[in-house]
Amino acid sequence: MSNPQQLRYSKEHEWLSAADEDGVSTIGITEFAANALGDVVYVQLPDVGSAVTAGETCGELESTKSVSDLYSPVSGEVTEINEDVVNDPALVNSAPFEGGWLFKVRVTGEPEELLSADAYTAFAEN
Amino acid sequence: MTDAPPTPRRTALDARHRALGATMTDFAGWDMPLRYGSERDEHTAVRTRAGLFDLSHMGEISLIGSQAGEALDHALVGRLSALAVGRARYTMICDDEGGILDDLIVYRLGDEEFLVVANASNAQVVLDALTERAAGFEATVRDDRDAYALIAVQGPESPGILGSLTDADLEGLKYYAGLPGTVAGVPAMIARTGYTGEDGFELFLAPDDAVRVWEALTEAGAPVGLVPCGLSCRDTLRLEAGMPLYGNELTTDTTPFDAGLGRVVKFDKPGDFVGRQALEAASREADTVSPRTLVGLVAEGRRVPRAGYAVVAADGSQIGQVTSGAPSPTLGKPIAMAYVDPEYAKPGTEGVSVDIRGTREPYEVVALPFYRRER
Repeated sequence: MSNPQQLRYSKEHEWLSAADEDGVSTIGITEFAANALGDVVYVQLPDVGSAVTAGETCGELESTKSVSDLYSPVSGEVTEINEDVVNDPALVNSAPFEGGWLFKVRVTGEPEELLSADAYTAFAEN
Repeated sequence: MTDAPPTPRRTALDARHRALGATMTDFAGWDMPLRYGSERDEHTAVRTRAGLFDLSHMGEISLIGSQAGEALDHALVGRLSALAVGRARYTMICDDEGGILDDLIVYRLGDEEFLVVANASNAQVVLDALTERAAGFEATVRDDRDAYALIAVQGPESPGILGSLTDADLEGLKYYAGLPGTVAGVPAMIARTGYTGEDGFELFLAPDDAVRVWEALTEAGAPVGLVPCGLSCRDTLRLEAGMPLYGNELTTDTTPFDAGLGRVVKFDKPGDFVGRQALEAASREADTVSPRTLVGLVAEGRRVPRAGYAVVAADGSQIGQVTSGAPSPTLGKPIAMAYVDPEYAKPGTEGVSVDIRGTREPYEVVALPFYRRER
């Protein structure tokens, strides 16, 4: 599977887009993580306006067989959540880097260990 | 083979699963396919068309001899000596305290030959218990775990698919019956059994023949939409069908009466059997004091209950525990099986919820099964 070059990645298998002109980045989980979870059936996302902290849980992803915590790869304020994915969690599986994005954050801080696409690919495949 | 089996063990179809891109999982010491693509699509294929399963991890044990039936009557809770040749029965093996060691399917292959199929996780326990309990009977217990591969084809299209590959009279083969025949030119014991709630067949055959039969079924089933299916959808299929799973609904702390399956215990059979005394007490108790009852729960919301979660009443007190839970592809809602106090077991009981990681989610109490196929 290919991980888009323009994104950065966490070791918790989230992706993070480059910030737009308002300093807002989009966050989702990678195709690798979506495949590992199996069919996603429920997502619980952080509330709009709430603060998230890099590396801490901010929601849940449920699949047929398991429930996983959703971590935020960066710190900041949640500006938007993807209502489409709340209504149709299968988007996480079918389009993890596009229509299956999860939430947007106005970034105030990010950890140093975010990975490039190539570094993440190497990490995920090991 | 002279080499020790690798850990985890791999079935005769292992290379097929990998070629199909299966996500593999460790299951009771076996490396088994969890799913090939979407488990929801696999589930739907079995409900509407057909699915193909590798179940070679199941444990086969043969009992052979003039007293094989009597030995099983003594070892198990059912009356297997009364089983007609060619028929199968769902039964259980209990310990002295009446606790369930495993649930089993027993096939009578001949006057003096039975095939016992145990869950993979309990196969050694069952083999050891049967060996010990058959002592003194004119019966030999044979470990046939390596002698059989097991392939299941399940779903409404399965009679047509299998029928094109076999000389056996499938029309004459009843549910819970099995007969010898050939499939794709190789010998197999063909049984009309399964664990999905659908019509279907289980094929016991030599491991060396497994790939050939798997590929023949794949080819014959392709025009009607048969797909390979993993253990993940097998679990949601059996849950919708209200079938208990060892380790979840059934444990050594559970008697058949606790599980609502007291009918499998045959007190009227001749001779003593292991667990009789304890099971008679459990039966009497079940007649006077209702034990916690196994019920179905259907979610009003979308969060999924998991095994071990508390079932709570409106006042917050715990009234039971979830044993299995999953999103139901057929109902489109999360479902669960749970043991609950008898006063909350009636379908339609109000105010029942499940504590899902700290949040109480409302659930409707329903009768099992959640899904019953049309016949």
